[in-house]
Amino acid sequence: MKVGLFIPCYIDQFYPQVGIATYQLLKKLGCDVDYPENQTCCGQPMANSGFSALTGGCDKNFVANFDAYDYVVAPSGSCVLHIKEHLKDDKNPAKAQKIRNTIYELTEFLVDILKVEHLSSNFPYKVGFHTSCHGQRGLNLSSMTERVLPQFSKPEQLLQKVKGLQLSYPERKDECCGFGGTFCVFEEAVSVKMGKDRIEEHQKNEVDYITAGDVSCLMHLEGILKRQGSKVKAIHLAEILNHE
Amino acid sequence: MSNLKTLDHAAAAEIFIKDEARTDWHDDTLWFVRQKRDKAVHGIAEWEQLREWASQIKNHTLSNLDNYLTAFEKQAEANGIKIHWAADALEHNQLMHKILKDNNISRIVKSKSMLTEECHLNDYLKKQGIEVVDTDLGERIVQLRDEAPSHIVLPAIHLKKQDVSETFHEHLHTEEGNNDPQYLTEAARQHLRNHFIQSELAITGVNFAIAETGGFVVCTNEGNADMGAHTAKIHVACMGIEKIIPKAEHLGVFLRLLARSATGQPITTYSSHFQKPRPGQEMHIIIVDNGRTKQLGRADFRNSLKCIRCAACFNTCPVYRRSGGHSYHTAVAGPIGSILNPNLDMKANADLPFASTLCGSCSNVCPVKIDIHEQLWKWRQVIVEEGYVKPEKKMAMKGMAWLFSNPKVYRWAGKSGRWFLRTMPFLGNNKLNVWYKQREMPEAPKQSFHDWYQQNKNK
Amino acid sequence: MSSREKILATCTANKPALVDLPQLSDEHLTHYDDKLAQFKLVLEGIGGKVVALENIEQVKEEIAAHKQSGEFVVDTVFNIDDALKTQTSFDLERVDRAYLKATLGVAENGSVWLYEAQMGNRLLPFICQHLFIVLDKATLVDNMYQAYQKLQVQETGFGVFIAGPSKTADIEQSLVIGAHGARSLTVYLV
Repeated sequence: MKVGLFIPCYIDQFYPQVGIATYQLLKKLGCDVDYPENQTCCGQPMANSGFSALTGGCDKNFVANFDAYDYVVAPSGSCVLHIKEHLKDDKNPAKAQKIRNTIYELTEFLVDILKVEHLSSNFPYKVGFHTSCHGQRGLNLSSMTERVLPQFSKPEQLLQKVKGLQLSYPERKDECCGFGGTFCVFEEAVSVKMGKDRIEEHQKNEVDYITAGDVSCLMHLEGILKRQGSKVKAIHLAEILNHE
Repeated sequence: MSNLKTLDHAAAAEIFIKDEARTDWHDDTLWFVRQKRDKAVHGIAEWEQLREWASQIKNHTLSNLDNYLTAFEKQAEANGIKIHWAADALEHNQLMHKILKDNNISRIVKSKSMLTEECHLNDYLKKQGIEVVDTDLGERIVQLRDEAPSHIVLPAIHLKKQDVSETFHEHLHTEEGNNDPQYLTEAARQHLRNHFIQSELAITGVNFAIAETGGFVVCTNEGNADMGAHTAKIHVACMGIEKIIPKAEHLGVFLRLLARSATGQPITTYSSHFQKPRPGQEMHIIIVDNGRTKQLGRADFRNSLKCIRCAACFNTCPVYRRSGGHSYHTAVAGPIGSILNPNLDMKANADLPFASTLCGSCSNVCPVKIDIHEQLWKWRQVIVEEGYVKPEKKMAMKGMAWLFSNPKVYRWAGKSGRWFLRTMPFLGNNKLNVWYKQREMPEAPKQSFHDWYQQNKNK
Repeated sequence: MSSREKILATCTANKPALVDLPQLSDEHLTHYDDKLAQFKLVLEGIGGKVVALENIEQVKEEIAAHKQSGEFVVDTVFNIDDALKTQTSFDLERVDRAYLKATLGVAENGSVWLYEAQMGNRLLPFICQHLFIVLDKATLVDNMYQAYQKLQVQETGFGVFIAGPSKTADIEQSLVIGAHGARSLTVYLV
């Protein structure tokens, strides 16, 4: 099984530790992992801003980088969802389709494909889980409060296997943090207010860390936490699962 | 009051949020409604089945809308109801005005009808010297304040009881400073009873119009639609063409979904089925298009016409709750408004599809399964294609697209750090770094993942 | 072209290909072991009162007693007065108590259905201060699907599901009973 590791642009640039943790974790779990070195971005920032017409270059580059793998795995539900829904390649439609079918967000890959039963991780802290919307409602990584369906959570299933970790949820279990791609600057006031409200609920639970499956949510929450001078830290799920 | 747009959503929201305590109150109040909805629907084992049926019934109806409209018309006329057709808001208002003039009417009561808000009927009639009394409590409150409703189910949800108390003190002469909702509601009851018992013509909306029977259903909790309609010698019901359902038995699906989604009630207090005028009464229905047939032709957006106006998407929307209905500068605000209004005026409403994080809560709370957040995404594409975005934004996006299409440039840009930071979309691409206003920047690490991988891949 | 023709022609031109209408069925829906208990639970939860009576004579006595005490009572359970039909809002505005018989009750949402003929006057159930409904226990159905199977909505000029007293929460989401319609609803189960 050959796994192509997709490390979205802002993780590559600002949060390399998340990419490293993902890579090491997959290796630890016995995967044959490769990081195709000419990858850039999935194209989501443009598409979500209304400029999907400009994503042809990204698409082409993505297909060229990830065509050769059985699975593509990324530590970001949002970018994975974008590829799943929008990746196209007019010259190689079959290749694009194959990638759309075989790309996985990290936790769903661990749960559904690797069927991970045991993790050697240890993380003795109070951790608040932020449910990233695109992973939850887009990729169906967990059940949501809106629907009347059986409850489940793939990320939680993994976090429960981590030694020492005390998991908590905010009062509004699955409300958006307000990042929303370019929303975070074009609707700055609402974006920040949403982030502050999420943080406040986590702080009520006296958490040490806020974790999530998407670095974008965490970058936004971390920006607010730091501005507030809070002791609470943001950490990606992969970093916890890889922590020993 | 017409909804003349003065600020776009982001700017209006910024002003709204300046009063943070009030924003919190607004957010909590609407979240409370969402929680009531959750409590009501999580007790219904067949909830998802009902949503699926409702969605399919509406999809079917839209795919046969012309035939259902004519069937409805024929049956309603056989029941003694007069049918009028209005191509747009102006024609709707003119038709209403004509009915009023022909019958020499001066005392008019109106229960809630978002269609008449959409058509700005009250403003239109006011200009002709005719006053309409809104009788839904929330609508009466905002009418007395010369404001627009901020929510389609809870029109005065942006107001505190103190605000209502002041308004009632001024207009209804209630005690100054008495903020008790019970007292204020009682005052409105007495005030509006006078209007009801003297009313000559009652305007109502329509929740569902049944093609098979030619009848229609109006749902209220207050009983105001019935108080007017059964008193006045003329009843005029206004409906958009999308209110049609094929059969009465389909109400058994929609009435179970509507109130639970709207307020968490098992059903509205009154679900009134109007079939024929009462002896001596005249009953009219104005069937309105106002852009709906155009929306029907937009494959990506037609299913927005499935909407039953429950406002569940408002209550769940984290952006709506923190920006208030007036920030949307349209009669129908919230997520559903943001996919309906660009169809009516794309330029004026080009900001609305961007007033969302695309979190998807709206689509999943929707009782008729409208893919709201996906349509928001699609409207963004249309709006950009039609050229309704700022040139700076377009330039920045083009730059980014070029950067990401060229791996070598991307890596060089990454190494040169600052250039990349400026270019990343979420970090602001103008002189003022908007991100930094209330958030710290991410720290630039020593090396990118790419560089780390090159050093470590063979270890 | 008239607006009517224009609207219909545009619908015809713009509508998508025909999709099927789903077949509804009671099979997928919740049924209650004790419909009466469910009805009572829901109706009381939305501000209504439910009183089980041993016999309908009790209602008759109650009506007589209130009439005697000088209240304006309208009764269409035992005796529909033809004059009621032509009474106006000015007459009915003074009604203290109205007694009506319902066709059926719905366990799932606590509502009762009334045909126009059972009201005597369409305005009555709304304009009265207090509403009393007599309902035969045997008419309770589980859900709205069953209700519409039993009802003939097209056979009446007007009909209504009533669930509880008139209410509003338009002021700060504070629930207030008695908006414009009846201030209380009591269902007598016989």
